[in-house]
Amino acid sequence: MDDLDIEEASDEEVEQMTAAEALAMVEKAWLNEKFSPELLPHKQDLVDVMLDQLNDMEKNISRAKKGDLKVSIHKMEIDRIRYVLASFLRIRLEKIEKFVHHLLEEEAQLGEDVPSRMSPEELQHAKNFAANMETLFNDVVLRHMPRNLKKLEGSKVAVGPYQDSYVFLQVQEQVDQVMVDTAGDQGDEAIDLEKGSQHIMRYRVVAPLITNDAVTLI
Amino acid sequence: MYGEKAVELIRQLHRSSDGSLPPFNEDGIRQVLEEMRVLFEQNQADVNKTVDGAPGLFPGVQLRHAALERNKRCLLAYMCNRMERLRTMRWEFGSVLPPDIKYNLSEQEIQWFSRYNKSLATYMRSIGGPSGGGLDLTQDLKPPKSLYIEVRCLMDHGEFETEDGTILLLKKDSQHFLQRSQCEHLIRQGVLEHIL
Repeated sequence: MDDLDIEEASDEEVEQMTAAEALAMVEKAWLNEKFSPELLPHKQDLVDVMLDQLNDMEKNISRAKKGDLKVSIHKMEIDRIRYVLASFLRIRLEKIEKFVHHLLEEEAQLGEDVPSRMSPEELQHAKNFAANMETLFNDVVLRHMPRNLKKLEGSKVAVGPYQDSYVFLQVQEQVDQVMVDTAGDQGDEAIDLEKGSQHIMRYRVVAPLITNDAVTLI
Repeated sequence: MYGEKAVELIRQLHRSSDGSLPPFNEDGIRQVLEEMRVLFEQNQADVNKTVDGAPGLFPGVQLRHAALERNKRCLLAYMCNRMERLRTMRWEFGSVLPPDIKYNLSEQEIQWFSRYNKSLATYMRSIGGPSGGGLDLTQDLKPPKSLYIEVRCLMDHGEFETEDGTILLLKKDSQHFLQRSQCEHLIRQGVLEHIL
């Protein structure tokens, strides 16, 4: 596959990313999202870049000679990339709809400059979903209930992700002194994560490390 | 016993856990709501009596309040569970529900479904930014194994035009060798069958 130069503006600098690098990043984000119990920060820019790529690829092959073997191979690649992107966004959507009240509460409490977990479109869908659900419940049951039970209390309804589920992870960069609390009376133990090693531990411990790419989930 | 009818609703849902929705039990819900109304009125009466000085009524009030909360919880669980199954069906069947499933839904559930459809469609269209064409997330549900697949037609579907212009006649039991992306939606609708 020819290298296409893609410009991705990020904060102050302009990065040149090849198509292969973008794909590798998409696959990594896809795997992390798949194995993580909670919704990870969104990768809207990456998705946009990858979609542009896909459209360019499709345009390229539609110009090529029909019946050429390269066309089939490129088409397969396009199918595969589309699958990864669709699966990534589907997994996110499922998590958003499952934890909708919890995420909306978190969103409401965010400070000024703190980036949201969800992209603006996902946030809109989450709000629509929550409103839709409330309308359904209100119309069928809540309307007819006695006065003091008419409301749907957010705190009772919000389901959060299970932070203590175990995940497999592979260490990308050396991380020292990670606090892991062991069961029993040994209290907190600090361990060092060597580069390239693989572990299984509770998600809560490695959650901050995923966002800065020190660790990937497998 | 308070709460029996509410649990019966849940049991009915649990019994049909093969994914399909049983008919919406309007009657059952009405009975539970009626029970809640009666409990609440009894509670109101007792609270008023306590304010006027009658002792020993508090445990009764607490019991009825607990029953009310239990009924509310069961009703909401019933609604929520049906809603979740309906959502799964959107991803399985697409935006148009088969009539035999629609028959089992209440009016409000049908409205919920159409609102969910709209929200989902808006989201899918907006993927890729304002210049992108959006991405249909209900396609490509399984990783693609090969570019072309062998399919058999299960019913007469008339003529079908593929991307490169070839026109096929989809007659019952005819077999075709098509590109996966072209026929995926027909497979999900049940018109074509993937031959392994």
